[in-house]
Amino acid sequence: MHHRLLALVGFAAVALSMPAAAPLHAQEEVEGVRIGLTYDPTAKPGIVVLPVAGAGGDSIRAMLQRDFDYGDRINVIGGQGSDLSISPGADGRPNYPLYARLGATGIVQAAVTAAGGLTVQVHDVNKQNVARTRSFQLPSASQAAEWRLAVHAVADEIESWVTGVRGIAATRIAYTSNGRIRLVDSDGHVVNTVGGDGIALSPSWHPTGRFVAFGLLQDDGVRIVIHDVQAGTSRIHPHSRRGTNMVPVFSPDGSNLAYAVADDGGTDIYMTAAFATGPVRRLTVSRGRISTSPTFSPDGRRLAFTTDRIGNPEVYVSGIDGSNPEQLTPFNFGDQSYRSNPSWSPDNVSVAFQSRIDGRFQIVALGLRDRRVRQLTSDGQNEDPSWAPDGRHIVFTSTRSGSRQLWIMDAESGRARQLTRDAGARLASWSGNLGGRFTAAPEPGGVN
Amino acid sequence: MISIRQALSLAVAGVLTLSACRKDPEPEPMPEPEPAVVTTPTTPSNADAEAAARDAAAREAAERERRIAEARASLLAPVYFEFDQSELSERARATLDAKVPILAANTDISIRITGHTDERGSDEYNLALGQRRAGSVRRYLEQFGISGNRIETTSAGEEQPAQMGSNEQAWQMNRRAEFDMLGGQIRVQQ
Repeated sequence: MHHRLLALVGFAAVALSMPAAAPLHAQEEVEGVRIGLTYDPTAKPGIVVLPVAGAGGDSIRAMLQRDFDYGDRINVIGGQGSDLSISPGADGRPNYPLYARLGATGIVQAAVTAAGGLTVQVHDVNKQNVARTRSFQLPSASQAAEWRLAVHAVADEIESWVTGVRGIAATRIAYTSNGRIRLVDSDGHVVNTVGGDGIALSPSWHPTGRFVAFGLLQDDGVRIVIHDVQAGTSRIHPHSRRGTNMVPVFSPDGSNLAYAVADDGGTDIYMTAAFATGPVRRLTVSRGRISTSPTFSPDGRRLAFTTDRIGNPEVYVSGIDGSNPEQLTPFNFGDQSYRSNPSWSPDNVSVAFQSRIDGRFQIVALGLRDRRVRQLTSDGQNEDPSWAPDGRHIVFTSTRSGSRQLWIMDAESGRARQLTRDAGARLASWSGNLGGRFTAAPEPGGVN
Repeated sequence: MISIRQALSLAVAGVLTLSACRKDPEPEPMPEPEPAVVTTPTTPSNADAEAAARDAAAREAAERERRIAEARASLLAPVYFEFDQSELSERARATLDAKVPILAANTDISIRITGHTDERGSDEYNLALGQRRAGSVRRYLEQFGISGNRIETTSAGEEQPAQMGSNEQAWQMNRRAEFDMLGGQIRVQQ
């Protein structure tokens, strides 16, 4: 253990933020100041991820590097998959000055324990010490999907130490591809593919990530299916056995489903208990027109949706009881002929939607406080936006590569990466943060 | 001798064009569900007449089948829509008008109308728009006294295109309402 050596050798020349006289136990944390001399919000901290010792270490290292890169808040020194590794100094500590010259302000040093857990130390390059230590329990590697999610959760935790903002690596995206629902990790790794007797459409996540709801288009109507990701089972919601029932979304507290029902009298949005057979409440009154594609505000008290009640599709917002419906999409922005498919950001800052501009759809974000509009895309045709839990990354369907695929964009920098390379992908839904159970705070332990 | 039942069948079947206008001494059995008719023995001198009668009846049956097929095609013919419209064009109404007598005369027939859209626009909105088109068709048929109980409506949005392609021709073929017979049988032609 490097910090033990440090303690023993007692480098007086180095100013340590915390005394490290006694050896540290595995579950303890060393509180440290944020890595980096000064916090510069415009500069991304440079992080080196050293080779990870132990079984599965190579995968873990690659995942951490990729997650940091995809989060757009960290500059991965040496790049993804980098083999950058400088021999430690004579005292066994990292060669801090050399890393500093490479632009690193932090070093992630991790090792897989014999018990299959992961111990992580983050070095402050400027302070030349270990700023943070923590051990994480990982699921058995035989539970591949859980193991990956846990490693992503570790990446998010490290990112919160380094940048102050939790990452979004431990999240999943559900989407429609070839008539089935595909579930992937944030880095695109396939978790599962789910279907039914029909065409599966418009999936959405339960806040816990345990369930995915979707519409199943059959010959005689559209059903709402709730799939249990853990158990691998699906069931049809009893209120959807007849008729055209579409676009189900779970309420933020996970107990209700909002969905649209189309009949000859128009399409309106309803809400009912997701896991019980309870009463059905009508949320919109379209008077023969169409209201569809609901999205909840993070507090669950308001709803944004697509409606054509004024003649062409627009995005409206109303209370969850249907009160005070008002047009959200601005009157003075862009081509006002077609705006639809809203997604309410989990940080309650903006609503994204697709807007027809110069004959093609683009993703647009409207700030809820200042009502300012930002056009996020311009390349190809772009539809169906869905925000990540950080309210900064957004997944959407784009034709920019030549076929309909999912792309993820950092709304802040504009950087975009292709998530899917399927036989067509669309109608994506980004889950909430699923890593909490892997990084829940340990029992308050001993002091350093 | 013709039974009352057969006479009614002939009347209900409408006017059939027979290429031979000979008198048929014995009626041949009609296609199901009529029961078989036992022909009385003929003398050798009536063999020609009997053959002619069989030919005529066969032509009659074929013609009947053709008319049923024609009625079926008419009943199942899709109607098409203008872009972003669920209103019925004149041509669509003409197509629907042709279905009315078939539905009126065969009251055991029930149908399903499925509304479709082209690929443009939001997939989710299109699923709702398809239903609107199906509803538009149903309301038109109900005006003629066709009971709503006999008509189901549903939507497939843009999910089941009749023609692939991102061009006007494909789009036009995909903006449609399709018809399926759920029950009953066409026994009567106009």
